[in-house]
Amino acid sequence: MGALFSFVVVILLILVAYVGVAAAGLQSIFGIVIPYVAVLTFIVGVVYRVIKWGRSPVPFPIATTGGQQKSLPWIKQAKLDNPSSTTGVIGRMVLEVLLFRSLFRNTKSELRDGKLGYGSAKWLWVAAIAFHWSFWIVLLRHIRLFATPVPSFVNVLENLDGFLQIGVPRLFLTGVILLLAVTYLLLRRFYVPQVRYISLASDYFPLFLIMAIASTGILMRYFFRVDIVGVKELTMGLVSFNPVIPAGVGTIFYIHVFLVSTLFIYFPFSKLMHMGGVFLSPTRNLANNSRMVRHANPWNYPVKVHTYDEYEEEFREKMINAGIPIESTVLPEEFEEEFKEKVEDAGTPVREEE
Amino acid sequence: MAKTPKPEELSKIDYKLPEKGWMDTPVEFKEGMYCHGARPQYLETVDFPNPRQWSSKKDEDWKLPENWKEIVLNGMKERLEKYRSFRLFMDICVRCGACADKCQFFLGTGDPKNMPVLRAELIRSVYKRYFTASGKMLGKLAGGRELTLDVLKEWWYYFYQCSECRRCSVFCPYGIDQAEITMIGREILNLLGLNTDWIAGPVANSYMRGNHLGLEPHTIKSNFDFMAEDIEEVTGIKVEPTFNRKGAEILFVAPSGDFFGDPGTYTCMGYLMLFHELGLDYTWSTYASEGGNFGSFTSMEMGKRLNYKIYAEAKRLGVKWILGGECGHMWRVVNQYMDTWNGPADFLEVPVSPITGTRFENAKSTKMVHIAEFTADLIKHGKLKLDPSRNDHLKVTFHDSCNTARGMGILDEPRYILKNVLNHFYEMPEETIREKTFCCGSGSGLNAAENMELRLRGGFPRANAVKYVHQKYGVNMLTNICAIDRAALPTLMNYWVPGVDVAGVHELVANALVMKGEKERTQDLRLEPLPEKVGAENV
Repeated sequence: MGALFSFVVVILLILVAYVGVAAAGLQSIFGIVIPYVAVLTFIVGVVYRVIKWGRSPVPFPIATTGGQQKSLPWIKQAKLDNPSSTTGVIGRMVLEVLLFRSLFRNTKSELRDGKLGYGSAKWLWVAAIAFHWSFWIVLLRHIRLFATPVPSFVNVLENLDGFLQIGVPRLFLTGVILLLAVTYLLLRRFYVPQVRYISLASDYFPLFLIMAIASTGILMRYFFRVDIVGVKELTMGLVSFNPVIPAGVGTIFYIHVFLVSTLFIYFPFSKLMHMGGVFLSPTRNLANNSRMVRHANPWNYPVKVHTYDEYEEEFREKMINAGIPIESTVLPEEFEEEFKEKVEDAGTPVREEE
Repeated sequence: MAKTPKPEELSKIDYKLPEKGWMDTPVEFKEGMYCHGARPQYLETVDFPNPRQWSSKKDEDWKLPENWKEIVLNGMKERLEKYRSFRLFMDICVRCGACADKCQFFLGTGDPKNMPVLRAELIRSVYKRYFTASGKMLGKLAGGRELTLDVLKEWWYYFYQCSECRRCSVFCPYGIDQAEITMIGREILNLLGLNTDWIAGPVANSYMRGNHLGLEPHTIKSNFDFMAEDIEEVTGIKVEPTFNRKGAEILFVAPSGDFFGDPGTYTCMGYLMLFHELGLDYTWSTYASEGGNFGSFTSMEMGKRLNYKIYAEAKRLGVKWILGGECGHMWRVVNQYMDTWNGPADFLEVPVSPITGTRFENAKSTKMVHIAEFTADLIKHGKLKLDPSRNDHLKVTFHDSCNTARGMGILDEPRYILKNVLNHFYEMPEETIREKTFCCGSGSGLNAAENMELRLRGGFPRANAVKYVHQKYGVNMLTNICAIDRAALPTLMNYWVPGVDVAGVHELVANALVMKGEKERTQDLRLEPLPEKVGAENV
């Protein structure tokens, strides 16, 4: 149900943009107003969310240790999986953020004849890496539309991305990889029973949305060619705050922009915030050095405890009898003579009551 | 108590998922899968709310305060503001499912709500409904749901089917730690007096008597006398441990499980023999007689209240530093909570081994050293005379406890010790050891009697890996550095892998330890005959 709902919503979004632009002629709404609103929502929303996380403190150093701790000098520490220094933490975070280190550990378990086996399961990692990296590169390539002259790294990126030199305009691999990866991620939500069982509408929606974004982008570049000069005029107008709507940019462009705007608006309110969240995850971004350096809890407060004196008060006689030293030098009356010796044997000096 | 099914039946685990979505599948309380509710006197002892006689069966009246919903939601709000972990983990899960089959309770039960992602979703759905804009507006579409009595009971059932082992957290791409969510979930449940009896009892005992078993000072002493007698029988040497002795150099704190009952007592005898042989100037404490911390299975505050005693006692006795015994969650607490809770321990000194002179820089703030670090250092410096052949009747594997593996990372120290005190060591498959280790199935206070089926199921993946090395190499001894392991694994082994015994690492150290002036050893610490000597002594 969640999947169907999300699919329908994305189709509706496409229709809204199509009708709005092709029939109602609302180019300036879809090309100017909504993108501005989207970018603003994205920035404000993300900052708000991150600040909200930041306002909750990290009271305890709860790093998940994924390897050997730092202890004796001759025992080899797993410096990245169980870091004890800032450098180690940075290394761990780099591996986590750029290479999805933890997901790379993924295994698949299988129960056969009462025996559990564990196999390698790297497809999720492969798809996730492919998806995120290609999405990122696609995004960077779009800088071409927002800067004149085009920064040289964008050209370098395009040359790498299009190194196959197929077709005119030449094929960018990342666009295709993005679409394939997102399709895989969607299909596993359909076909892996456990994943299907846990999936919510908010899991399907971004996948359908991104799929639609990638598809419209690809259609626009290779099939229904849009007037790229007009597009750049529009995008440059947006970044220079002199928005214009050039004539003759195809409707599909506005659909694409509308979907991207939707993604930007949706982002801060959704699980997509994992992008920012991973940096703040206390099981990953803390060093396991809490026996070396005291971690302070800002809301640490005094608690009610059962003190030694209260304990001894309850068990004094039994302790004396068992020859366990006691703190109180004033013995209960009935013990004075009988146990003085015993107490002294146990190492507690006995003082006469004053 | 429910009759426990036979292993053949229990190992046929049905992973088929229900037709209906999880939100529409009400929780069903299965006998043997949950614990009794906490008795009122235990809660009263530590001033916890809502003490009353109640039954934890689902259909019974749980006798909750009228405004329970308000208490829960306020409790959530408070914790969202106090723990970045909680707010973040509520927000960023993408439900990729990587954690699903990493949980031993899911692997052992097939119950989808034991997938860490769904266990989290049980509370995340309420978070969404009451604390996020999307959930308030879109409800179920945004993954939100109403907090009902049924949902509350579902939390109780499933937060006490999680052993806070953190295995899921190793595999999660964002490090979402279900242990953290379970801990906070239990904390919230405790606002309503919803603890289990087997956690609340040990908490009250630890609070009043210093240890979870409720042993009074003279009982501790007499237990040690028994152990000393056994040691004398085996070695001819009389060990004389001291208690609450002021001016000792070191305070030794072990899990109290080691004072009472096999095989923990053998580990304790191991400590006693080692310290005697070293002539260590150390003392036990009857007041701080528990390293383990059942408070940490209840709430952070309760954890702190119990943990307080260790530093307080160290200060009172005037020791220089603290040495800690073999215990799992005790060491998660020591490593990640103790200093923050009850430190700084500026009245202690940076630990230095009086035997080797090694300065334990890694413990320079907490001032507390793990005995495996201490002993590994002794062996490395050649300070122990060891005869590994005395353990030749044992084929040994090592079970990493979840807490020491994933909340600390003490992996190679115990292995180094084992390889020096015995000749036959075999590792279990790599997906089941070190940071990927499986829980014994009874951690975090789940080791009660009435939830035996849950424990056997949760321990199934661990047992399965033991069975593998048992069949392949003839492994007959499962070692560990955790008192809950020593309490829980014998039952698990009896059930799943008969023929495998359980021991703490220091039991085997003591078996191999050649002591000054000892008589010829013919028995191990269990008073079982030592293997026949073949050829020259392997010293």
